[in-house]
Amino acid sequence: MRRGGGRRVPAVHLGILLLLLALQFVLPPFHHGMVARIMVLAAYATGYNLLLGYTGLMSLGHAMFFATGMYATGLAVYYLNVGAVGALLIGLVASVAQSTVIGLVTLRTSGVAFLITTMMFAQAFYLSILHFNRFTGGDQGFILTGRLEPLSLGSLTLAVSAPAVKYNIAFATLAVCLLVNLWLVRSPAGRVLIAVRDNQERTRMLGYNTFKYKLLALIVSGTLSGAAGSVYALLFSYVGATFASVLYSIYPILWTLLGGAGTTLGPLVGVSLMTYIVDITSGFTSSYMLVVGLALVLIIMKAPAGVVGGIRERWLKWLP
Amino acid sequence: MSGANPTPRPAGEPPLVQTVGLKKTFGGLEAVRSVDFSLDRGEIRAIIGPNGAGKTTLVGMISGRIGPTGGVVLFGGRDITRVPAHDRAAMGIVYTFQITSIYRNLTVFENVALAAQRRLARGVLSGLSMNQAILARRVDAVLTHVGLRDSRGLTAGSLPHGHQRLLEVAMALALEPAVLIMDEPTQGLSPEEIAGLAALIRTISRSATILLIEHNMRVVLELSRRITVMDRGTIIAEGTPQEIEADPDVQRVYLGG
Repeated sequence: MRRGGGRRVPAVHLGILLLLLALQFVLPPFHHGMVARIMVLAAYATGYNLLLGYTGLMSLGHAMFFATGMYATGLAVYYLNVGAVGALLIGLVASVAQSTVIGLVTLRTSGVAFLITTMMFAQAFYLSILHFNRFTGGDQGFILTGRLEPLSLGSLTLAVSAPAVKYNIAFATLAVCLLVNLWLVRSPAGRVLIAVRDNQERTRMLGYNTFKYKLLALIVSGTLSGAAGSVYALLFSYVGATFASVLYSIYPILWTLLGGAGTTLGPLVGVSLMTYIVDITSGFTSSYMLVVGLALVLIIMKAPAGVVGGIRERWLKWLP
Repeated sequence: MSGANPTPRPAGEPPLVQTVGLKKTFGGLEAVRSVDFSLDRGEIRAIIGPNGAGKTTLVGMISGRIGPTGGVVLFGGRDITRVPAHDRAAMGIVYTFQITSIYRNLTVFENVALAAQRRLARGVLSGLSMNQAILARRVDAVLTHVGLRDSRGLTAGSLPHGHQRLLEVAMALALEPAVLIMDEPTQGLSPEEIAGLAALIRTISRSATILLIEHNMRVVLELSRRITVMDRGTIIAEGTPQEIEADPDVQRVYLGG
């Protein structure tokens, strides 16, 4: 829902990014690492939101895209001794290819059928990882620790595992995903995506090949998700089948709904809230998912549009 | 088909829209039975007939919303039966919906921009970078034309019904139609609004051929030079308003004789 907003929109986004950049100098070590992880997962959620929130397609198979980036990058480092940058590029290429092929097949369906077919492909992908456990390590996965050459920027060498490097790579990933998303949804093409979400039949009668637009959304969404997966593998030195499981397809739905589907900042807010709710409550009880569930029910009752969606409805109508 | 005599047209130019043996069955129901219909460039044509006569189904097959069970649709002499609806809209066959079908959550400006940018775009990726100033100028020109310029920043769903219908027309205009198919455009409008819309249709007809499904006979008689009458899936009469009023078949259908 674009209502102009003028310079306020880039100002708010740059402000929030600057805040995240500055946070690293004040956060204690534990939260420093936690926020780094939140930013990578928020990049994933941002990719997911492009499809759910802006195009109106609910996928239950996005873990496949996240894991495609993660495994392509991880396997390249593990078996081919590729450096971080090269492995990231391999992850990106794999994500583009994967989401193009999956999109061409699954976008023939819509609604619940789309949800089911994306889930089936993701399950097939997950089971393939387990099946080829000689290469993938099955559900135990594999560790990249010690296999990654430090990055060299001129005379500077940076170990990817160093907390400050980790934080800033996570930040850069989120910033790129957030800004790509913002730029896309505010472009004329993004307006067509929103139109497809609101009334597909009308959009078709305006002369748009809605299949192509949905494919564009799915490829960008899958690629952002895959990029997040690639970075996750590099930063946390671990690749495992859990990240391809249905749980990691459900997480982005929860994050997006909690923060606000169809808002650019909702996914970041959703991931932050949920990660901290889980962190705080798991200190008291092992059934912390119950608390997450209650929080979600509360949000849906009080603010069905999510946190940022509610803020937009009530106060800041110009938020994209 | 009695009275389905073609309109005179310049020699050599095919009809703008033509259907040959076009039919559509829904389950066991024959909504449209083998219709031969033709529309010339520059006409304002009305299609009338009782509810269930197959009018909306016929224009649905011309616009591509509905796939035919049999027969052919020609546009400027070219067979477009298998051309998908979105490509037909891009070719200039534009449809305005019977039930107002605007994007209620978007602004008036954005609704028209969606139509106008389709004219500027050459493909999906060209929508990523487009001259916003040119787009805005086109949108504002169309909004001024239909009289909605002052509402450009309002949410479409908040407009009164009459303005929503005008917005629907504005979206169609922004697509620069060659033929504009209007499905009951005056439905639910006040007499003043109807008069305004009729005047608007007349100005649109200077640049586009118009195919109108309409129940309001005053509008039909005021605007159209030729009328096509449908009943139970077939064309039962076609001619000038005077011919139609005198046609015994039409009187039987309308007066139940």
